[in-house]
Amino acid sequence: MHEKAEFTQQAFRRAFAPQRLWRAVKLGMRSLWLHRLRSLLTLLGIVFGVCSVISMLAVGEGVSHEAQEQIRKLGSSNIILRSRKPDEEKRPSTERSYVLEYGLTYRDLKTIKESLPGVTLVVPARIIRNYVFNATRRIDAEIFGTVPWYPEMRHVRLLDGRYFSEDDMEEGRNVCVLSSTAAESLFPIDSPLGRNVRVGSDYYKVIGVMEPESSRVGVSENADQPSASTLMRIYIPLIAAKERFGEVLMKRRSGSFEAERVELHEATVQVGNQRHVEETSLIIRSILKQNHKKTDYEIIVPLELLRAAERTKQMFNLVLGAIAAISLIVGGIGIMNIMLASVTERTREIGIRRALGAKRRDIIIQFLIETVILSGAGGIIGVAIGILIPFFITLFAEVMTIVTVWAPLVAFSISALVGVVFGIYPAMRAADMDPVEALRHE
Amino acid sequence: MSVAASIARLEHVEKTYHMGDVVVEALADVNLDFGAGEYISIMGPSGCGKSTLLNVLGCLDRPTSGAYFLGGEDVSGLSDDDLSDIRCGRLGFIFQSYNLIQQLTVLENIEIPLYYQGVHTDESRARARELARRVGLESRLMHKPFELSGGQQQRVGIARALANDPLVILADEPTGNLDSKSGVEILNLFDELHSQGKTLIMVTHDEDIAHRSQRIVRLRDGRVEADARKG
Repeated sequence: MHEKAEFTQQAFRRAFAPQRLWRAVKLGMRSLWLHRLRSLLTLLGIVFGVCSVISMLAVGEGVSHEAQEQIRKLGSSNIILRSRKPDEEKRPSTERSYVLEYGLTYRDLKTIKESLPGVTLVVPARIIRNYVFNATRRIDAEIFGTVPWYPEMRHVRLLDGRYFSEDDMEEGRNVCVLSSTAAESLFPIDSPLGRNVRVGSDYYKVIGVMEPESSRVGVSENADQPSASTLMRIYIPLIAAKERFGEVLMKRRSGSFEAERVELHEATVQVGNQRHVEETSLIIRSILKQNHKKTDYEIIVPLELLRAAERTKQMFNLVLGAIAAISLIVGGIGIMNIMLASVTERTREIGIRRALGAKRRDIIIQFLIETVILSGAGGIIGVAIGILIPFFITLFAEVMTIVTVWAPLVAFSISALVGVVFGIYPAMRAADMDPVEALRHE
Repeated sequence: MSVAASIARLEHVEKTYHMGDVVVEALADVNLDFGAGEYISIMGPSGCGKSTLLNVLGCLDRPTSGAYFLGGEDVSGLSDDDLSDIRCGRLGFIFQSYNLIQQLTVLENIEIPLYYQGVHTDESRARARELARRVGLESRLMHKPFELSGGQQQRVGIARALANDPLVILADEPTGNLDSKSGVEILNLFDELHSQGKTLIMVTHDEDIAHRSQRIVRLRDGRVEADARKG
C-alpha cells in the first residue's frame, strides 16, 4: 500500500517534470500546426471573446469614471443645499404681478451650524442671473456671491490671478473672479486681470480666472439654467452681492412682472468626518423640513451620488461582463467541437500511444495541452488587440475608455479557464477509449 | 527440450465477449507457458482467438477468468494504470500495419515508449538513434513514416518495440503487409533478435513464416489445438 502510494507520487512527478511537459507542449503545437486553418479559426473565437471583454470593460470604466470625477469635484465630505422654486407653486391666475418667496435662509444655515458640531464649514452663495459687460461686449452670466474659501471647498482650480480674500469680503470691495468661459467671452484677446466688468450700474475689478464648474451633475436641470458647457459665472464676495442686488429679484416674463425673493441660492456644508456625511444630511433634512413649509430646497449629497454611480457602474460592468463572457463561452464551445473532431480523427494515434504505455492521464494531458495552447494563444492575441480597441473607440467615437490593469488579466484568465473547462471533456473521451478498439480503428 | 525460465504463463485463461445477447467465447481454458528466449508462432484460422490471445498477452485486454503471470507477477487483475506501466516497461509491440504516428519523425516514433517511461530527452534521443542504426535506418532519422517504404516502416516498428528493452516482444502478422523481399528482411531481423536472447511471440497464418520459429502454438475456436516445439 505504502509502496503503491510512493509509486503514484513518483509517477505524478514524472508526468509534470518540466522537460516532459515542454515536450508535450511542443508536440501539441505540432499537432495544431498540422491543421493550421482549423486551429486558427478556433483560436479566433477566443480572440473575439477576449477582445470584447476588454473593450466592454474599458468603455464601462471610462463612462463611469467621467461621472464620478464630476461628482467628486463637488466634494465627498460636502453636502450641497440649493434653493428651488417649489413645484406646486402655480402662478395665481388673478394676480398679474406677485412676489414669490422661497429658498434657503440665513436662519437655516445658522441652525445647521449651531446644532451640528460635525459641520466644520458652511459656505453660502447667492446666484443672480444678469448681464455682464466689458464695454460693449455682453454676456448672460450667473453672478455668484460667495465666500473666499469656496474654490478650495469645491475643488475648483484658479487658472490665473487670485481669488478674493476675507478683506475683500469684509470691506465689500467690488472685485470679481471670472470663470474661464466668461473670461474668454468678455476678453477674447487680452488678459482680463485688472480690468473692470460692469454689472448693472456697478463695476467690478477682475482679480482672477477660475476653471469652469460643472455644477449640474446629478441635479434635475431646470429649463432656465444653462447647461454646464455654456455656464458662465462671475464670482463676487457674498457681502457685495447682498449690498448690490438686495434680496428681491425682478424678472419680466410674458408681459407681467414676477419677483422672486431668495435669501440664499446655494450653500455648501462641509462635514469634518466623511463617515458622518450621511447622518448629517439626514439631520439637515429634518431641520429644513421644520423651517420650511414647502420643499423649496434640495439637498445634494455628493457622497451618495458617488455611491449610486458606483453601484450603477457595478451593474453596468456586470451586464457588459456577462455579454462578453457569453462570447468567450461560444469560443469555448468552438474549441470543444474541434477537439472532439480531433479526438475521433486521432483514435488510432490514441490506441498506439496507449499500447506503448501511455496512461489515461497522459492522454488527457496531451489533449488538454492542445486546448490550453489554443485558448491561451487566443487569449494573448485577444489581449493585445483588446488593449488597442478602446484606443480606437476613444479616437473615433470620442467616448472615454479606461483599460484597467485587471481587465486584460481577467480576460486572459477566463480564456485559459475556458480552454481547460471545454477541453476536459474531449480529453476524457480520448482517454476512455479502449486501446484494443482504438488500435483497430481505421 | 530446452528448459527455460517461465517468462509468460497463462493459466486457465478465458475470455468472453458480449455482443448484445450473444456471448462469444474468444478464449476457452488456455494454458500456455512461454520461456525466456523462446521464439513462438501462434497460428490458426481467422476468428480462432489469435488476436484476443495476443491482446491478453500484451496486457491490452484482461482475461475474463484465469491468471496471467508475466515475469512472475500475476497481471490479470491489475488496474488500467498498472497495465499501462507494464506495457510501457516490459512489452514491445509490432503491428501488421506498423502503427507509426504519422506526424512524428522516425526518431520520435522510436522514442514513444521511452517518453512514457519518463526517460530524459537526451538519453532517449541517443537510445533511439542507436536502435535506428541497429535496424538499418540511420539515414532516415528525420523522415516521416509516409516517406518510407513498408519494410522500412516495419523496421521503425521493430526499433520502437525494442526501445524499452522488453521482456517479451509481441508481433501481430509483422510481414502481413509486406512484399516477400521486405518480409524476409524483417524475419531475418527477428532471427537476429532471437539469437540475442529476446523472447518473441508472433501471430501469423503463414506456415513458412511459422516454421522459422522454434515453437508453434495452434489455436482453434479459442482452444489450444497443438503446441509443438521444434528440434
